[in-house]
Amino acid sequence: MPLIEITDVRKRFGENEVLKGIDLDVKPGEVIAIIGKSGSGKSTLLRCINGLETIDGGSISVAGSQLLPDEVHLKALRLKVGMIFQQFNLFPHLTAGGNVILSQTVVKKTPKPEAAAMARKMLERVGLAEKFDAYPDELSGGQQQRVAIARALAMQPIALLCDEVTSALDPELVAEVLAVVRELAAEGMTLLMVTHEMKFARDVCSRVVFMHQGRVHEIGPPEDVFAKPKTPELKQFLGVQ
Amino acid sequence: MMEFSTWDILRNLLLAARWTVVLSLVSFLGGGIVGALLLFLRIGGNRVLTAFTRYYVELFQGTPLLMQLFLAFFGLGLFGINVPAWLAAGIALVLWTAAFLAEIWRGCVEAVARGQWEASASLGMGYVQQMRYVILPQALKVAIPPTVGFSVQVVKGTALTSIIGFVELSKAGTVVTNATFQPFTVYGLVALIYFALCWPLSKSSQALERKLNAAHRNH
Repeated sequence: MPLIEITDVRKRFGENEVLKGIDLDVKPGEVIAIIGKSGSGKSTLLRCINGLETIDGGSISVAGSQLLPDEVHLKALRLKVGMIFQQFNLFPHLTAGGNVILSQTVVKKTPKPEAAAMARKMLERVGLAEKFDAYPDELSGGQQQRVAIARALAMQPIALLCDEVTSALDPELVAEVLAVVRELAAEGMTLLMVTHEMKFARDVCSRVVFMHQGRVHEIGPPEDVFAKPKTPELKQFLGVQ
Repeated sequence: MMEFSTWDILRNLLLAARWTVVLSLVSFLGGGIVGALLLFLRIGGNRVLTAFTRYYVELFQGTPLLMQLFLAFFGLGLFGINVPAWLAAGIALVLWTAAFLAEIWRGCVEAVARGQWEASASLGMGYVQQMRYVILPQALKVAIPPTVGFSVQVVKGTALTSIIGFVELSKAGTVVTNATFQPFTVYGLVALIYFALCWPLSKSSQALERKLNAAHRNH
């Protein structure tokens, strides 16, 4: 049974239909890379899955939680899927530890000591145990992104959405973040990632989705999608003739 | 004719300046409370309340404070309600301050990056939790310097209440001038006292701005 079920999802911004009926089922433990040109709707699709964008048609459910636009259903869904953003979006007024603790205590009502212990564990997991008391502006971009991952993991989601998590990073910082994501994939976390890191997608992902003009244009295991692209659009995107 | 020493003049002005300080404090604190209320109505998402607060702010920002004082003082009198000058002055200044503070603070809340809303939402927080733990703490930091800066406007705004007969520093200046026939000395001293009240406020606003910016040097 699929963990994430996306059925005929449509989304328009005014006149512009950005998602024209997306169908995608994600099985538990799958790692899916969504690739495509900017404007192809890949980030929008990701943002629809946890309700940051409302959908105009179709349905999305994650482990039985239906995406519905009221606060109760949204919360239930968001407890199941975490999200990592391109711009990290750490809370600048809280330390790294505080960032990881906050939602546990506020949303899950976890007692503070337990939440702090979980925060230490998660920061250790992303290699930042010693940065517990550092504020976001004292951390590098790569470190901030790893804190953001720890923050999402502390909520114990069953799937993670990664929206171009390395695109805002200096080249030398990309590897440390990808290493963390790679580890999560190896541990069996279900991942849906919009990415421009083709090599990473090829190495780590179980399936690659190529989006073009608001549709899933091609989908398959990375060895097929990258080595034997079928459509001219994907060939052009990958730069192969 | 009686002779007045400079000390006599200054003493009388300083006594009246107490009322300027009291009225400023009342306006600022009262305006702060009403302003906060307006802010939450404005950003709470209810369309009727949002429209109400928008018109409220536009009304108070779009008319002179003097007219608001007149309306509070004479307007209620038309309905047979006898409003003492201190009450009319207090009400008008509180409402006027509230309008400006609500607008300043709204800007501060909107200055918090959209990503903060999205990150906190994706962690499962509801609107109230987002506000309380993520948005307001950041907005507060941005809000302190302009809020302190605006308090200078409130202090100076109290001078207008002299026109409806509230005896504060400006009114006292007029009264003392009428008795002493030394307008330059008297109003010079009045101006100095206002300056002594306002200057520390604007200085501290600048200092706060520097201090709070320093904490965000890498952003």
